[in-house]
Amino acid sequence: MTTRPIAQDLFAETPRPHLIAGRSRTTGRIVFPFPEGLEGQDCDPVDLASEGTLWSWTVQRFRPKSPPYAGPEAFTPYAVGYVEFPGQVIVEGRLTEADFAALRIGERYRTVIVPFAEDADGTSILTYAFERVEGTAA
Amino acid sequence: MSAYIVGIGIHPFGRAEGMTGLDMGVAAVRSAIADAGVEWNDVQFAYGGSDASGNADTMVSRLGLTGVQFINVKNGCATGGSALFAAASSIQSGEYDLGVAVGFDKHPRGAFDPKPAEWGLPDWYGDIGLMLTTQFFAMKIQRYMELHGISPRTLGLVAEKSFHNGARAEHAWRREEVDLDTILNSQMVSDPLTKFMFCSPAEGAVSLVLASEKKARELGGPMIRLAAAAMRTRPAGSFEVFAPALDVERGGTATEIASKAAFEKAGVGPGDIDVAQLQDTEAGAEIMHMAENGFCKDGEQEQWLAEGRTRLDGSLPVNTDGGCIACGEPIGASGLRQVYENVVQLRGAGGARQVAGDPKTAYSHVYGAPGVSAVTILTR
Repeated sequence: MTTRPIAQDLFAETPRPHLIAGRSRTTGRIVFPFPEGLEGQDCDPVDLASEGTLWSWTVQRFRPKSPPYAGPEAFTPYAVGYVEFPGQVIVEGRLTEADFAALRIGERYRTVIVPFAEDADGTSILTYAFERVEGTAA
Repeated sequence: MSAYIVGIGIHPFGRAEGMTGLDMGVAAVRSAIADAGVEWNDVQFAYGGSDASGNADTMVSRLGLTGVQFINVKNGCATGGSALFAAASSIQSGEYDLGVAVGFDKHPRGAFDPKPAEWGLPDWYGDIGLMLTTQFFAMKIQRYMELHGISPRTLGLVAEKSFHNGARAEHAWRREEVDLDTILNSQMVSDPLTKFMFCSPAEGAVSLVLASEKKARELGGPMIRLAAAAMRTRPAGSFEVFAPALDVERGGTATEIASKAAFEKAGVGPGDIDVAQLQDTEAGAEIMHMAENGFCKDGEQEQWLAEGRTRLDGSLPVNTDGGCIACGEPIGASGLRQVYENVVQLRGAGGARQVAGDPKTAYSHVYGAPGVSAVTILTR
């Protein structure tokens, strides 16, 4: 099956997938995603750590309006959270954890690349998400 | 030189079939100038705006073609607050004696559906389902509860109070009380927030008439002074709606700096405030804003709510008309509704929702995307 990332230069599909952020050459501040346009010209790409800790979370229990939401018509509630990559930045993303009762601030999560939706020609669109690392409560 | 609020007008919040946002704005202005005992001809300037319902200055075709200076304001959730700030400045500068601030809006049903590009965000952010204000509010309070020991029951107590107060406010949308169990057991929308803990986009309009001290005395009504109006944007390290990433080094909030500026300007402190209207897009926001505005320390809300300190008969009544939870949120009008309610309370005209003890100072606070806050302090 053919696949494509949902956006260019958002993540690296290495054996240990990670996100790509930008570090400002002027201020040293790390921003995610890597900024478009003029702001991006001041930034160097930075590989974020492949694991971090859950900073906060919630569950999206109703289907968001389309646009902008481009997910499948059939809706299953999904968890959303922020994961802190220590010393780098805190990033928002979907959580793959389906057992919402298992969501705890401070637990370890790793970056994974997951199929999100399909193009009309069947190409699978990939995005990043965060997956709970079992048995590693902080 | 100080500005005084001499007239207030509101078009009830909720749903007004057959009326446009501008219709409601016109109605609010007419009601405010009648309340002040002046005519549209007397009005020297106006500032007004909406987020989604058109240009305020087109109202002149309905209010009267007097050639009045009319400036449009569009500043997200701080639209009303910004209009008030600008109107107050016009009086304080000494250039004008009488003017109007107006805010109105009419939003479609359901959650707001903002577009990523309008917020400087890439399309994928909306595509994968992260572009929702409800998620932000839920995640901000989720972390706050973890750090500061706030229980879900306390969130419920906030909403219970909102509906209790809304039932006693003529301009509120939700006018029926809802008991605590129903709130806590209602449908979970975005954990930890249930359906009854959220406000909904709504419709409504508010207008205020401002005057110089000389003009206010001439009009002869109660002297309600705008002791401070401050609007601020976010500092570094804040946590805002629609943020794909946050700085690891955490910072303060737009609310904290707007609040501090307003207290300094007014020369009073949180302990001097008799009644407060705090942005409550959902129950968690009211909890966090109690601390961000300096009324209590982080975590003390648990005890405050258990003791009913923010109820109408408490030591600091908060959101006496039910706030956004009971009134709904027409973005452009919300901030001015709070000031309207404060004037009602300072006049002692709150009827069934009047706070006890002859209030002398009143505080209002709005917060919104992309990290703006506006605070006012009124004294009598």
